[in-house]
Amino acid sequence: MSILVNNDTRLIVQGLTGREGSFHAAQMLEYGTNIVAGVTPGKGGQEHLGVPIFDTVKEAKEATGANASIIYVPARFAGDAILEATAAGLELVVCITEGIPVLDMITVKAFVDQHPTRLIGPNCPGLTSPGQAKVGIIPANIHIPGPVGVVSRSGTLTYEAVFALTQRGIGQSTVVGIGGDPIIGTKFIDVLELFENDPETKAVVMIGEIGGTDEEEAAEYIKNHMTKPVVGFIAGRTAPPGKRMGHAGAIISGGKGTAAEKIKALEAAGVPVANFPEEIAELIAARL
Amino acid sequence: MKLHEYQAKRIFAKYGVPIPEGDVATTPEEARAIAERIGGPVVVKAQVLVGGRGKAGGVKLARTPAEAEEKARAILGMTIKGLTVKKVLVDPAADIQDEIYLGMIIDRARQRVVMMASSEGGVDIEEVAATKPEAIKKVLIDPFLGMRSYQAVEIASGIGLEKSQFRQFIKIATGLYQAFVDSDAELAEINPLVVQGDGSLLAVDGKMVLDDNGLMRHPDLAAMRDLDEEDPAETAAREAGLSYIKLDGEIGCMVNGAGLAMATMDIVKHYGGEPANFLDIGGGANAAKVAAALRIILGDPNVKAVLVNIFGGITRCDEVAKGLLQAIEEVKPDVPFVIRLVGTNEEEGRALLAEANFPTARTLAEAAQMAVAAARGELK
Repeated sequence: MSILVNNDTRLIVQGLTGREGSFHAAQMLEYGTNIVAGVTPGKGGQEHLGVPIFDTVKEAKEATGANASIIYVPARFAGDAILEATAAGLELVVCITEGIPVLDMITVKAFVDQHPTRLIGPNCPGLTSPGQAKVGIIPANIHIPGPVGVVSRSGTLTYEAVFALTQRGIGQSTVVGIGGDPIIGTKFIDVLELFENDPETKAVVMIGEIGGTDEEEAAEYIKNHMTKPVVGFIAGRTAPPGKRMGHAGAIISGGKGTAAEKIKALEAAGVPVANFPEEIAELIAARL
Repeated sequence: MKLHEYQAKRIFAKYGVPIPEGDVATTPEEARAIAERIGGPVVVKAQVLVGGRGKAGGVKLARTPAEAEEKARAILGMTIKGLTVKKVLVDPAADIQDEIYLGMIIDRARQRVVMMASSEGGVDIEEVAATKPEAIKKVLIDPFLGMRSYQAVEIASGIGLEKSQFRQFIKIATGLYQAFVDSDAELAEINPLVVQGDGSLLAVDGKMVLDDNGLMRHPDLAAMRDLDEEDPAETAAREAGLSYIKLDGEIGCMVNGAGLAMATMDIVKHYGGEPANFLDIGGGANAAKVAAALRIILGDPNVKAVLVNIFGGITRCDEVAKGLLQAIEEVKPDVPFVIRLVGTNEEEGRALLAEANFPTARTLAEAAQMAVAAARGELK
């Protein structure tokens, strides 16, 4: 079992004919993800990688019965792409694009919140349910199917944690990258709830970083609502205040959002916090 | 990207926010000329992109043009928190009866722009938040509606402005919001917004931080970047498409991915070392980018060892190894390297590095310990 994406996912790729979209769509197809359509305005009627291209998400959905989309369009147009997919009524929209202005995302998120659509990202690596579907850019070969759910604000750090789990023979139910931006569609608590309710997920890895208070909210949620063991990791113990550490959302501002505060909140909720990524797998192994 | 006070205030003025009619000087003589034009007492204010200018002696009152010249001479060239003052703003001195704080930021948890005001102006809002939170009035702004007059009145009333000042305040608050949105800002602040003797409001100080991701659609604002105020290595990194932040330690770090880069710094510290920098080379890790990153890391004289930590996902480790070797050949570093490659084709990648006699590590823990030893000259 898995959350959010599986064998029934019928995926649209927005920006399929672009360089990034094309490269990653090929990888997803190779993994067996069911890509039913691509959308590139002005290229409707063509075919790319054997996938039919449409001008709009609405047309693509009507013609193929798609229920999800993934977005690889440049930052300037990505907000609009999210709005389009949301307006078309897709259940799940995953936005990989990095660099969307935060004020665009405030408006986009307010619109998404008025619709049943779930948005993952932006500025995220997407998600993979090993053996079923890969919707994003997480390298396929680091996974094996299994009982551990992974949720993270980071990209390569997530791969590192997943790889460490796989090396120990511990598989994953679904790996979800929620993104490193200040305004994101789906937060830790949303994904934790899905994992809690997924019968096949037996334990959860949560990878946070400095900035904002989502980890503290997650700690509160874990304490009050989770029965499954959760293992944490927080990047940025050595990050200086006031500096943006690569991700738009990774900044300690006004003395708030430090790793120390987040680690304290998680430990107070009974979540052991690993000192470095490889330790995550050890902590999980001890709890399965 | 931070703007200078004078830049922020000029933007605010375009949106109907009243500001003092001052000007910017780069020499004491210019400061004198501006003071002469203004007539009457002026304030000479250092333009540097850090807080605490007043406490550092960077803001001075001058009663005459001659005094303005003298104060400007003292302030120009002084160093405030590591930054040299190259410009001063000469503003007419305001008739200050009262000081208000007015600012807007992005509230991440609420996912809205929030406007905040307090009757305790002139001090840090964080200080007020800590000591007297009830003095801060806030309104959340709906992105579809924008800042509305009634919200401005709620704030004005909440901080105890006179009813006769409401109309002025509405204009300032809605103007500030529009300036914020039109500039893709992440922070805009008027502190203090001064209540003058005649009851009129005046934005005496201004601060603005722009969203770097929004600059692509504001070439005019992007051109306001003051490279004098930026670490040259950070400028070089930005131009090479790298994300780099200099720190004070001795172990240079080169990593792909922001989260992993932070985790790498953290583990260096965990094993008793100090990271010299944060550096994310992003995806792909081609030789040109790796070479640019290496030059930036090695440009820091404190660096005694370099730790390269690459997770090869879709990029294969053997390709990363080739890129690294090519870059190292080109840059010819004279400090020890520890390289960790993991992921796709990692054995092939490590074999290539081993042939070239570079110490490689398998786990991040091992790599960090080797780098710490290398920086101490203890790595065999």
